[in-house]
Amino acid sequence: MWEYTDKVRDYFLNPRNAGDMPDANGIGEVGSLACGDALKLFLKINDKGIIEKASFQTFGCASAIASSSALTELIIGKSVDEASKITNKDIAAYLGGLPKEKMHCSVMGEEALEAAIRNYKGLAPLSHEEGGKLICKCFGVTDHQIIKAIRENNLQTVEEVTNFTKAGGACGTCLDAIAQILEVEKNAGLALHELKPVSKKPLSNIQKMQKIIQVIEEDVRPRLTQDGGDIELVDVVDNKVFVSLRGACSSCRASTVTLKDVVEATLKEHVDENLVVVQA
Amino acid sequence: MSNVIYFDNNATTQVAPEVLEAMLPFFKDMYGNASSMHSFGGQVGKHIAMAREQIANLLGALPDEILFTSCGTESDNTAVISAIETQPEKKHFITTRVEHSAMLAMGDYLEKKGYEVTYISVDSKGQLDLAELEAAIRPDTALVSTMFANNETGTIFPIAKIADIVKSKGVLFHVDAVQAVGKEIIDLQKLPIDFLALSGHKLHAPKGIGVLYIRRGTRFRPFLRGGHQERGRRAGTENAPYIIGLGKACELAGSNIIKERTEVARLRDMLEQGLVSKIDHAIINGDREHRLPNTTSIAFEAVEGEAILLMLDQFGICASSGSACTSGSLEPSHVLRAMGVPFNYAHGSIRFSLSRYSTEEEVKKVIEVTPKIIENLRAISPFRGKSF
Repeated sequence: MWEYTDKVRDYFLNPRNAGDMPDANGIGEVGSLACGDALKLFLKINDKGIIEKASFQTFGCASAIASSSALTELIIGKSVDEASKITNKDIAAYLGGLPKEKMHCSVMGEEALEAAIRNYKGLAPLSHEEGGKLICKCFGVTDHQIIKAIRENNLQTVEEVTNFTKAGGACGTCLDAIAQILEVEKNAGLALHELKPVSKKPLSNIQKMQKIIQVIEEDVRPRLTQDGGDIELVDVVDNKVFVSLRGACSSCRASTVTLKDVVEATLKEHVDENLVVVQA
Repeated sequence: MSNVIYFDNNATTQVAPEVLEAMLPFFKDMYGNASSMHSFGGQVGKHIAMAREQIANLLGALPDEILFTSCGTESDNTAVISAIETQPEKKHFITTRVEHSAMLAMGDYLEKKGYEVTYISVDSKGQLDLAELEAAIRPDTALVSTMFANNETGTIFPIAKIADIVKSKGVLFHVDAVQAVGKEIIDLQKLPIDFLALSGHKLHAPKGIGVLYIRRGTRFRPFLRGGHQERGRRAGTENAPYIIGLGKACELAGSNIIKERTEVARLRDMLEQGLVSKIDHAIINGDREHRLPNTTSIAFEAVEGEAILLMLDQFGICASSGSACTSGSLEPSHVLRAMGVPFNYAHGSIRFSLSRYSTEEEVKKVIEVTPKIIENLRAISPFRGKSF
């Protein structure tokens, strides 16, 4: 028997905000009958960008139903930008934790939220090409989803990846591919550490430029493309880095956040703390 | 817990009061070691011999064909290991896709040791393809092992026919009869089976005691080595209280077997009909013509099994599920998948397994509360209105 917290049991037995919503203006659907769990999330977002109402329909186990219900409670009253920062960890934490084998239920919530926000913004659901390469055919999990779960939850083993994403949980033929992704992620982490300035000696302009290019190519771009976006380095003048956001990022209302929180923060950390990123 | 409705008897059963009564003296005054030279220990040996006879009587076996083990898994493992060790030249093993993990894990183990393992498939009722089985047997087949009856669906294999096929080719035959003993009439004088496994806690004896039947004359290698107990075939001090409890449980099973096949079957049918008639889009998994009298596996479309079980639990109703989520695996049970049960049903499969202690009131209560549970879960499902 699973050791569910009282809150999981409560949200399963007395789900909040269950049911469909005829006037929803953002709907996200993830999962399928074959997968064993599926979630349809409904959002009603007002003209100020605030989520006024949220409801769900879920097919799945107790933790899937509880995670869906918890998600709706977490996002009601929040702006779309605030809500888009909610991750599976927030859902699990709201419920006082989930058994590790059930973490995929919280990831399903995060994915449904992303899909519902995309739908609200008028963006098509991520196609498989945009969503990355299909790794787990049984559960339809892409490399982007796996990488995201690894980064957000600091996953170390194939088993953890399966617990969080379900990838590899059925026929098991993709387990080697998951192990490879984990390996690449670990090495990427190491490479970034090596990038940190070793000496306090100021970088020459050429060195700085090279390092900025390297960090954008190896760290920033992969993270943006994972969300359907892209970035191009336009120019570097003194400590000003001119970039252009592309793809989903260009139309995304959170693009200024992306610019400061992702691009600038990463460049400051790995190249020079005086750098400022400017939209070209 | 009060007011529990225990419909999970294929998982384990309650210890019969008579069994507990029979065991107690061997925890208290009669604690001697059956192997000792003194009569204080020796008297325990006599009771063990009596238990061996009680068990042999239920199976139509001889007392010296009964080997005590710790559980069904040990019995299954021992049979396989013995069969391969006594025939080192034979490198092929046959079992089925719907076995208990005690046997599937042995299949994996043998494959890693370089054996070839053939898993016989089943049809939508969970029945074996006997022609496939016959064709699979080779000169180097060391052992064929099948269940007597499936734990999840209750489907009973045609053991007599299988035994004829296997023995006509001169191959050893092991039967995992853990679910069948006490529910099906088994006469080993007529069935040419070499090994048969049973487990105490499935027939109202305690957990921690099992039996491996080994037909007289069958070559055997022990799994546990040490003392001379069980005539050197299974070392370790005899678990006297449990052996005596199992003896009593087998005696009771013999006198209750008609009740199991009539009264328990009647309650099972009542439950099954009650649920299927009140709940749309529910199907019965397994072979209704050849099925254990106490078992029904019902699949409810578009709901998930764990959710159903936890809702039933609110009413003190104990059942189990073939769904993915209950096991920690992500896929529905290997048995339902082998049968080709569609995913939208397999995820919502619930097994109710009754016993001679089940009552009509309990059945009525389950029929009363289950439809509402299914309705509530379907009401919040995104597939409502799509598939039905």
